[in-house]
Amino acid sequence: MSSETGKILTTDGIPLEVSLKKAERKNKIKAFLLVAPLLLFLLITYIFPIGDMLMRSVDDKMVTEMLPKTYKSMEKWDGKELPPEEVFESFYLDFQKLVEEKRDGKLSTQLNYTKNGFKSILKKLRRKAKNFEEGNYKEQIMAVHQRWADVEYWRAIQRRAPAYTSQKYLKGIDMYKNEEGNIVNVEEDRRIHRILWLRTLEIAFFVTLLCFLMAYPIAHLLATLPMKYSNLLMICVLLPFWTSLLVRTASWMILLQQQGVVNDFFVMIGLVADDNRPEMMFNKTGTYVAMTQILLPFMVLPLYSVMKTISPSLMRAGKSLGGTPFIAFWKVYFPLTIPGIGAGCLLVFILAIGYYITPALVGGASGTLISNQIAYHMKSTLDWSFASAMGLMLLAGVLAIYWVYNKLVGVDNIKLG
Amino acid sequence: MSKNLDFVKFDKVDKSYDGKVLVVKDLNLDIAEGEFITMLGPSGSGKTTCLMMLAGFETPTNGEIYLDKNPISNIPPHKRGIGMVFQNYALFPHMTVYENLAFPLKVRKFQKDEIDKKVDKALSMVSLSGFEHRMPGQLSGGQQQRVAVARSLVFDPQLVLMDEPLGALDKNLRESMQYEIKHIHESIGVTVVYVTHDQSEALTMSNRIAVFNDGKVQQLSSPDKLYEEPVNSFVAEFIGENNTFAGQVTNMSGKACKVKLNDGTEIVANPISVKSNGDKTTVSLRPERALINTKEKMDNNFKGKIEEVIYHGDHTRVRLDLLGNKEFILKVPNSSANMDIKMGNQINVSWNSHDARALDPK
Repeated sequence: MSSETGKILTTDGIPLEVSLKKAERKNKIKAFLLVAPLLLFLLITYIFPIGDMLMRSVDDKMVTEMLPKTYKSMEKWDGKELPPEEVFESFYLDFQKLVEEKRDGKLSTQLNYTKNGFKSILKKLRRKAKNFEEGNYKEQIMAVHQRWADVEYWRAIQRRAPAYTSQKYLKGIDMYKNEEGNIVNVEEDRRIHRILWLRTLEIAFFVTLLCFLMAYPIAHLLATLPMKYSNLLMICVLLPFWTSLLVRTASWMILLQQQGVVNDFFVMIGLVADDNRPEMMFNKTGTYVAMTQILLPFMVLPLYSVMKTISPSLMRAGKSLGGTPFIAFWKVYFPLTIPGIGAGCLLVFILAIGYYITPALVGGASGTLISNQIAYHMKSTLDWSFASAMGLMLLAGVLAIYWVYNKLVGVDNIKLG
Repeated sequence: MSKNLDFVKFDKVDKSYDGKVLVVKDLNLDIAEGEFITMLGPSGSGKTTCLMMLAGFETPTNGEIYLDKNPISNIPPHKRGIGMVFQNYALFPHMTVYENLAFPLKVRKFQKDEIDKKVDKALSMVSLSGFEHRMPGQLSGGQQQRVAVARSLVFDPQLVLMDEPLGALDKNLRESMQYEIKHIHESIGVTVVYVTHDQSEALTMSNRIAVFNDGKVQQLSSPDKLYEEPVNSFVAEFIGENNTFAGQVTNMSGKACKVKLNDGTEIVANPISVKSNGDKTTVSLRPERALINTKEKMDNNFKGKIEEVIYHGDHTRVRLDLLGNKEFILKVPNSSANMDIKMGNQINVSWNSHDARALDPK
């Protein structure tokens, strides 16, 4: 019958769909109102800042806005020879305006980023420009300094014309756009970021591996021990969680330093000579040790929650069917823990890749990670757009890892507890 | 073919988990080859512990278990070659039905084509051919159960242990599975040790039943003997329905004895575990052995008042107040002769002294 009318009707003759929507609307509104504060919170604290970071990392409007007339007149210039008089004139007018507003300092800093040598010639121009006569600005400006007659400098100004730029991202992987507009590597002795990226990945990988190797037996013990022992063990696992991160890192400093507890112990049992104490801190070793300890619970907990659900009779079944304990473990138990392994590894790896405090305190020069570099640019050089760019690259990296992981293991297989 | 009568032998086995309480006490049990034996008992009676000791997941605290005359206490579970069906099937959830069944064959290094053949055979035995590539999660409870049975048999073990395998199924399915397991047992002649707390399951399936209570085997005999001739009041209570009278033996005379009940009446009973006059006893009588308004001559005849009538279709359950026992149950067949059963009526109840077994006091 419904094929004739096309729609199923309720007893009162209202189409069923309409009636259902009406009945559900109230619940839907209620549900939305319940999540609305959280949604708002996420929007304000997460989506906006990331959006702002994205804008900041590509934003290059400052120069564009300071030299509006110049860029307008430059549109017709092909960049091969020195620009025509028109460009010089509008540059002079723009510059004079900036001098009046006392913003010429910023311009010189920005242009100096693009090409070294702008600072001094702009300063000179400011001094001389007061006495400029009207007309023929090209001659007058070129007379201020010989570099003003160099086409390279004008091209450098032209390169800053677009309002958006990718140069911060290129800098993050030790590349830049050269004067011909090609993307090339920076000189070998100045490539620091790539080393940092690789080191970050390496440390995150090994920390994840170490955590996995240590957490698996602990989680298994937790899941199989009788309640009174497993509770105690659980407290031992969680205790570091309840201690401040800084305190834990500081205590590792006490343990690992050259005159520290661990070294004293090694000397005492004669493992190392007193005058030859190994350096276990302010290098990679320190970062590995401290990070593994701090991230261990993040591996133990997902593993534990998965292992808890595996019935002990499965291992017994494996054995009663003739599998040695190893085969029963490898073929039956282990595959069932993969969702926990996946969740734990993903969690630890992602946390490790953006770790900051611990490497900053115990990492020294060879144990610092990309996040320390980001913090450095936030606090010391104040190059926020570069810090944003690197932060976003880190975020993109994490998302890429998540994507690869999803392809390999499947996110549905993750079990976080 | 001469059958090995002590294919499995429990010899003075004790088991304690905490060093304070014995879960199994002095267990002596011989299981013949090809037998279907059931360990029946309430939870906590030690029956599952016995099974786990046989499978190798628990070690006896004292005594020894022999399998085909060889002591097995020091053989790890995977070398015992005993098939096992677990309570919740314990199918490997990440493997297909085929992989589940192939697991015991693969670890035994069988060739691929031989594995295929054996898996095929085992699946057709439980009528699940064509389900090879399903995951256990896609099967119904009954199907999972059958896969578990097939898996425990696929590597041709001589002994299969089943730990309450039907506990999770609904009633109808459970009954049909009981017959199915029984038929499989009959057709391949494997020895089965079956654990359950469901007495009807035990009665339908087994050759012999060992009733467990309090860590001890109370009675070991065939289902009919167990029901007809319980040796103590625990067994009488646990298996089937049972009317009881508490009293004291007054007159022992060979095949019969007189028992004076608490209200002063004397009944004639069959002395099983009472020895002499003055012994306290519990007399046990099956509901279907007491008849109403019968013309047969019986040596116990009493009048009782009907307290409750419950209609069951083919029979009617009648609760009587008889000789001070207000819970006396009768099963009256549904026939035209028994139409006067009404609440409050007085009726004549009679039984033979042979069926009233004077057992140990409760």
